[in-house]
Amino acid sequence: MDTKLYVSSSPHFRSNATTRRIMLDVIIALMPTAVAACIIFGMQALSLIAICVAGCVLLEYISRKIMKRDTTIGDLSAVVTGLLLALNLPVNIHPLIALFGCLVAIVVVKQMFGGIGMNFVNPALAARIVLLVSFPSQMMSWVVPFWYQKADAITAATPLAAEKGTYSYITLLLGNHGGSIGEVCAAALILGGIYLLIRRVISPIIPCVYIVSAALMSLCVGADPLYQILSGGLMLGAIFMATDYTTSPVTVWGKVIYAVGCGVLTILLRSFSNMPEGVSFSILLMNILTPLIERVTIPRTLGFVKQKKGEKK
Amino acid sequence: MQKKSLFSEFTKGIIKENPVLCLVLGTCPTLAVTTSASNAIGMGIAATAVLVCSNAVISLLRKVIPDKVRIPAYITIIAGFVTIVQMVVKAFSPAINDALGIYLPLIVVNCIILGRAEMYASKNPVLPSILDGLGMGVGFTAALLCMGIIRELLGSGSVFGVQLLPVQILIFILPPGGFFVFGMLIMIANKLNGRKGKKAKASPCDGCPLSTNCNKREEGVLDAD
Repeated sequence: MDTKLYVSSSPHFRSNATTRRIMLDVIIALMPTAVAACIIFGMQALSLIAICVAGCVLLEYISRKIMKRDTTIGDLSAVVTGLLLALNLPVNIHPLIALFGCLVAIVVVKQMFGGIGMNFVNPALAARIVLLVSFPSQMMSWVVPFWYQKADAITAATPLAAEKGTYSYITLLLGNHGGSIGEVCAAALILGGIYLLIRRVISPIIPCVYIVSAALMSLCVGADPLYQILSGGLMLGAIFMATDYTTSPVTVWGKVIYAVGCGVLTILLRSFSNMPEGVSFSILLMNILTPLIERVTIPRTLGFVKQKKGEKK
Repeated sequence: MQKKSLFSEFTKGIIKENPVLCLVLGTCPTLAVTTSASNAIGMGIAATAVLVCSNAVISLLRKVIPDKVRIPAYITIIAGFVTIVQMVVKAFSPAINDALGIYLPLIVVNCIILGRAEMYASKNPVLPSILDGLGMGVGFTAALLCMGIIRELLGSGSVFGVQLLPVQILIFILPPGGFFVFGMLIMIANKLNGRKGKKAKASPCDGCPLSTNCNKREEGVLDAD
């Protein structure tokens, strides 16, 4: 029996949740999506995931070494960033472009701002947008699923760019259509989301409010809500991107405002901008607004009386 | 002694008090025209010419111009030189005139030129003022050239129009890439000048995730100790 008496300042009870365990849960939750990606797009998807994960971990290690800070690759956050980045890319992208994405995500967005917990936007999303702006043609060439069983790769439009009604809901759910390797299979993403909810890694507020507000907004602009929710990166964004701890508000009402903003902006960008997809831009914008949202929704301290206007201190 | 200080008047603008990278003046043309190296050089030379001439004239007139109306007087002098420079550029290099567009006449309101007139030329004799203007102009041109080369090389794969790289990372010729390269160059300039960032002050709020948004700290509630 341990008879030692420990004397320390509060808190005395600690949750056993560590960064490493949470990140491990996220990786487990992303596994169905990764497996689905490999089935749909073949071994090239697997190699893309491997390149991005290895690139992110290596760059994190090197940049921490150069900045003379402790190595943080043990907390697995770089693995999650690499995995998310890979899932956001089309399968036929050049490996060097993917590595450039890793550089932007880990070195520019994460480490230059102080490492884990200090990034002002989601690193994987920022990297995706930098790549989208820098290499528009490579980032928007989508090959058809199961292309590796056919003679050669054929590109196809994503459900968002295609004519309305080209794809059925079941096709969208199972992912038998063109798109980024991780966004096509909505069923696998939902499975991962349920796992995260059960493990209490993410709170249900952000994904649920995001999806509901996107559906309502699609009704407002006259689009098919279910089609909009199941297509594009909305599921991936709502479950895995928007819920990033560092870049989403901590207060309950802050989460609601944040998620509504993401949902509404996504549909607005899809309907009225010249880009086919709006998920990444809307989440990035709300990431930047997060400090302001927290400022507005900060809960009142118990017993704290708000000072009336004009009253002296 | 006199000679050495004159020389330092010239060199201080290049690294130590580089107008763009250390004083962070004139950032608007810096970010806007550095999409290619040749534009950057054109802008740098045009601004340098205006800077040297306006510094010289303002320094000559520094005892004549009344203090109360000095800013309008400086602007008039600067605008005169900008008009001359613009006419010269239009006549001899219409391509650069087209590429620089509105930023050429906007040299009138360039902070560097007005800043040097107010800070230096209005207080110093003619020769040091000319050297100061020349040094600042060279510093401005050098900073612009650095940015122009980096952005053109990465963004269009070429330098001065000569194709060098097979890939183009388009973001570098777009505004976000401009800001990024600008930040990197400021970092290098700070490193060269041996400046270090300030260390954050320790506070009891540091561990709290809401501390950046919480106004308790400003209200002094937690600073009782």
